[in-house]
Amino acid sequence: MKIRLNGEQVELPEEVNSVDKLLTHYNLENRIAIVEINEDIIQKDDYKAMRLKNGDIIEIVQFVGGG
Amino acid sequence: MLTIANRTFHSRLLLGTGKYPSFEIQKQAVEVSDAEILTFAVRRMNIFEESQPNFLEQLDLTKYTLLPNTAGAKTAEEAVRIAKLAKASGLCDMIKVEVIGDDRSLLPDPIETLKASEMLLNEGFIVLPYTSDDVVLAKRLEDLGVHAIMPGASPIGSGKGIINPLNLKFIIEQSQVPVIIDAGIGSPKDVAHAMELGADGVLLNTAVSGAKDPVKMALAVKLALEAGRLGYEAGRIEEKDYAVASSPLTGLVGS
Repeated sequence: MKIRLNGEQVELPEEVNSVDKLLTHYNLENRIAIVEINEDIIQKDDYKAMRLKNGDIIEIVQFVGGG
Repeated sequence: MLTIANRTFHSRLLLGTGKYPSFEIQKQAVEVSDAEILTFAVRRMNIFEESQPNFLEQLDLTKYTLLPNTAGAKTAEEAVRIAKLAKASGLCDMIKVEVIGDDRSLLPDPIETLKASEMLLNEGFIVLPYTSDDVVLAKRLEDLGVHAIMPGASPIGSGKGIINPLNLKFIIEQSQVPVIIDAGIGSPKDVAHAMELGADGVLLNTAVSGAKDPVKMALAVKLALEAGRLGYEAGRIEEKDYAVASSPLTGLVGS
C-alpha cells in the first residue's frame, strides 16, 4: 500500500498493515516515538489493532534537543 | 525549592537540550548544572536515514522531568497538536507553550500564545507559556490558570541578557504562580540578575550549550543562580546617588 510517511511517499510491503508492524519495519520498535495517522494520535495500546490503509498520512515523531 | 503545579523541584534551573557539541559534553553539563527539568522539541523522526543517537533515549528518565516545547508552531492549533504528540509519549504532562510570531526576533505571538494556553489548560496540561515581558499579558495568562509564566529576558539565543528588568520585576511582583525567566540569557551575571529580581527560576540553553566550555558554564550558571537567589532572600541595600561612609566619621586620628 502507498502511504505518506513523514512527508515522503512510501510503498509498504503487503504484510506491513498495522502501526506495530510499521514501527518494526523501520526498526523503531524500541525507540521513544509517537505516531499520528491523519492527524489522530495513536495510543501505544492501539498499535497492534490500528490498521493502516492506502493513502494514510502518517507522522512518526520523537523528542529532539531544544530549548 | 521550586513548585510548579503540584510538583516540587530542588533546582531552580531549567536547562534546554539543543545544540551541544556532543552527547558526552551534554551529559556532563546536565549533570553538573543540577537541573531537574529539561526541555525538548518535538520533530519528525529521521526514519529514512541511518539512526542517529537520541539524547533523551540515553537519559535516566526517573531523574528528570521533561518539559517539551511547542517550538515550530505559529498558531495555537499547531501548538496544541505538538503538545498532544508530546503527551502521547506517556513521559510528560507539562508543556512549554512557544508560539513564534516573528521569524527574525523569534518573539512570541501574544494572541496565539494566550489561545494555545487556554486550549491546553482545557486539555489538562500543566502549562508554562513562553511569553514576552509584557506585564498585562502575563496577568492575562495567569488569569487563565497557567502554572508558571516564562517571560523572555531578550530574543531567543541572542545572549543579550535582561533588557527590561523593570517589566520583569513588575511581572514577578504581580504573579502568584512561579515566574521563570526564559530566553536571551547570555552569561552567569544574567542568571544572577534574574534571580535577584525575584524570579523563581531561569530557563536557558544556548548560554551553556554554546559556551566554549559548556560543562564549566553549566556549573557557573548553577552557582550564579544560587548566589542570585540567596541575594534576593537576604534583601539587598537601597541604591543611593551619593557615598555613605562605611567607616566611623568620629575619632579620626589627629582630630
